[in-house]
Amino acid sequence: MRPARTPDNRALRGACAIAGVATFGCGEAHGHDDMSLLAQAARLAVADAGLTMDDIDGIATCSAGASMWVMPAIEHLGINANYIDGTMLGGSSFIAHLLPAMRALASGQCNAVLVCYGSAQRTSTLSRGAIGQARRALDPQPYEQPYEPFMPASAYALAASRHMHQYGTTRRQLAEVAVAARAWAQLNPEAFMREPLSIDDVLNARMVSDPLSVRDCCLVTDGGGALVLVRSDRAKDLPHKPVHVLGAATACWNRQISSMPDLTVTAASQSGAQAYAMAGLAAKDMDVVALYDAFTINTLLFLEDLGFCAKGEAGPFVEGGAIAPGGRLAVNTNGGGLSCVHPGMYGIYTLIEGVRQLRGQGGERQVAGAKLALCHGNGGTLSSQATAILGTAETL
Amino acid sequence: MSDANEPTGNAHQAWQRALDEGRFLIQRCGGCAQAVFQPRELCPHCGHGRLAFEAPAGTGTVYATTVVRRKPAEGGDYNVALIDLDEGCRLMSRVEGVPPAEVRIGQRVAARVQVSKDGKGLVLFDPLTAATATPAGAA
Repeated sequence: MRPARTPDNRALRGACAIAGVATFGCGEAHGHDDMSLLAQAARLAVADAGLTMDDIDGIATCSAGASMWVMPAIEHLGINANYIDGTMLGGSSFIAHLLPAMRALASGQCNAVLVCYGSAQRTSTLSRGAIGQARRALDPQPYEQPYEPFMPASAYALAASRHMHQYGTTRRQLAEVAVAARAWAQLNPEAFMREPLSIDDVLNARMVSDPLSVRDCCLVTDGGGALVLVRSDRAKDLPHKPVHVLGAATACWNRQISSMPDLTVTAASQSGAQAYAMAGLAAKDMDVVALYDAFTINTLLFLEDLGFCAKGEAGPFVEGGAIAPGGRLAVNTNGGGLSCVHPGMYGIYTLIEGVRQLRGQGGERQVAGAKLALCHGNGGTLSSQATAILGTAETL
Repeated sequence: MSDANEPTGNAHQAWQRALDEGRFLIQRCGGCAQAVFQPRELCPHCGHGRLAFEAPAGTGTVYATTVVRRKPAEGGDYNVALIDLDEGCRLMSRVEGVPPAEVRIGQRVAARVQVSKDGKGLVLFDPLTAATATPAGAA
């Protein structure tokens, strides 16, 4: 793979703001399907922004199932958009949608972009087996499928095995990530799993793909999520304190885990560096961190790749509840994909939580005085990575 | 030179045909001379358009490993691993011949091709010990 040239996106720093956010049907949403969850979240996010659907002239969305998803979404919502993005990079997509949308807004191509997602993955009548079979036919991976890895868990298990081998990371340190996420979830009424969880609970849980137990794996829930992005000058006149996008970047190095150059270094090291460069900020500046924790190893990898600690040191970094409430760094304050919500693709929820924290809407889990948030999405099997840095007006 | 080296056609199909005949092949770039796996049309390192198939030595090292848990009634646990071939490219496979949890990163392994009853070839690896060392590619 060839090295990337770092783009200079500093002119777009703070050019746009997230003016509205919403979730809908997180957990179990009986009677809903992917589109109805998307539509309800979209309706709430547009209202939260103080706008109407008539104001929306840009849309970005994608689905894990439907390859042309943005079209039925346009049809369902009745939007006539001047800006349309259906880029599908897995769970990082909705963070990856930000930078192109900012360009479209900055150029005057459109005035309000709705980024939206919905999935009834948990209550869907389509079985996981049937979905897996369809995916194998439509998106073949003939160099991995014959070995029957239990995807996506086995890909992350392979990365965890390598991280443990190279750096001495332990299952107990992985478990710290799940326990911290649960402790945050206990402060979030919207979180799906709020029962107490101990390190021993994680270690003693049923193994799925060693070294990962079922408690190292994210939830499978339903849920919709949406946000509205506008130019910053317009955001000032809308009801909520604008949350500005100070930096955003996307990187993808591979599709298959077997093609990843180094299982302990993800493309987050590239997306993160580019997002920091655009924002003129660094990890040490962040008050709130929202990382795509599909599996406990993700959080460790992204803490390293995004500069919160050195490569190989995330295991010791998270020990002793360091990323739990009251710890040294507020990570996944909503409970994350491990304990809050994970409807197939989780990325949009990192942005929604970042916005809520920067607005001061975190309730019991509010990080006092939060001004800067890093939101990071992962897609595929450690394949695509997208990073956004959000800030309040005083960070402009 | 096998038919697999013809520049026309689909690299994957050519590779799979050879594998179904019991031959495990990788590619080598005609431009930068690096070994390439998975089979493809252009060198991912330098963009050269001519990749030649060759038989690797078949020996390699376990790069990462997992035990996929499966109910005993459905066949029980099995290994999935990433193997770094000595030629310098990586592939997913299974290490067999030892309990799945005993596969170790850094362990030396040797490839063999297993052809199923329906004629599909599969590259598998065994621990490389004096007793098992007959790499498939060198056969």
